[in-house]
Amino acid sequence: MTIFYFVAFLSIFFALMTIFTKNPVHSVLYLVITFFTFTIHYILLNAQFLAVVNFIVYMGAIMVLFLFVLMLLNLNKDTEPMKSNLVKIMGTIAGMCLIATVLGALKVIETNNGFVTGNTDFGLVKNLGKILFDEFLLPFELSSILLLTAMVGAILLAKKDKKEA
Amino acid sequence: MDHIVQNIQGIPLNHYLIFCSIVFAIGVIGVLIRRNVIIIMMSIELMLNSVNLLLAAFSAYRGDASGQVFVFFVMALAAAEVAVGLAIVIMVYRNTKSVDLESLSKLRW
Repeated sequence: MTIFYFVAFLSIFFALMTIFTKNPVHSVLYLVITFFTFTIHYILLNAQFLAVVNFIVYMGAIMVLFLFVLMLLNLNKDTEPMKSNLVKIMGTIAGMCLIATVLGALKVIETNNGFVTGNTDFGLVKNLGKILFDEFLLPFELSSILLLTAMVGAILLAKKDKKEA
Repeated sequence: MDHIVQNIQGIPLNHYLIFCSIVFAIGVIGVLIRRNVIIIMMSIELMLNSVNLLLAAFSAYRGDASGQVFVFFVMALAAAEVAVGLAIVIMVYRNTKSVDLESLSKLRW
């Protein structure tokens, strides 16, 4: 039980480091650690398929993409102009308003404070696959079209214009 | 694996809600206070991930697998979004030689 609180503390700590670090490369590395702690959360919830997908897709693919772009743009020096302090304080207050709203709402509702059991076995690949390819077959196929469109769009956007060269 | 799963017994759902909303708020703050476009996109990833974890927690709580399927689709969407977004960032960098968000203020009418 204490594992959850320890990992949650780590997640919040590294998420804060992600947004407050000046150097973008360090920021990406902290984000990788944050996603790793999220993977541990999925394992604790017994969502093993999601844990593996989170590990491969987020930590493997998406973070490598971020690092590639950072290296490509040669941004590994902390030259980013920061916003003024007023804007920073306003932004922090605006973000805290969200937490205050959620905490207040939870305090007011105070019903059905159930416990997450986590001993259900539908998070395994076999059971999740049965649901995914039965009830959710059409959205699954549509998401492949979405990924194809995104791939074509990304190549088209990032390609150098021939007229300029 | 069994004793790991036993460890999660007794975490109230409220604690998941509070934890995920804190991470979501960190993402919102990151979008608001940074000017580097890439770090803003990373904050958006942070927000998407916190929502994913909350969906998985609700799914385990309700005993309904639809939440986890939804997380799977959100992950596919996030991958597509990052690919297109980073391509746009590269385009902007090629034209303006910076990833500062303020350099895009020319788009304002």
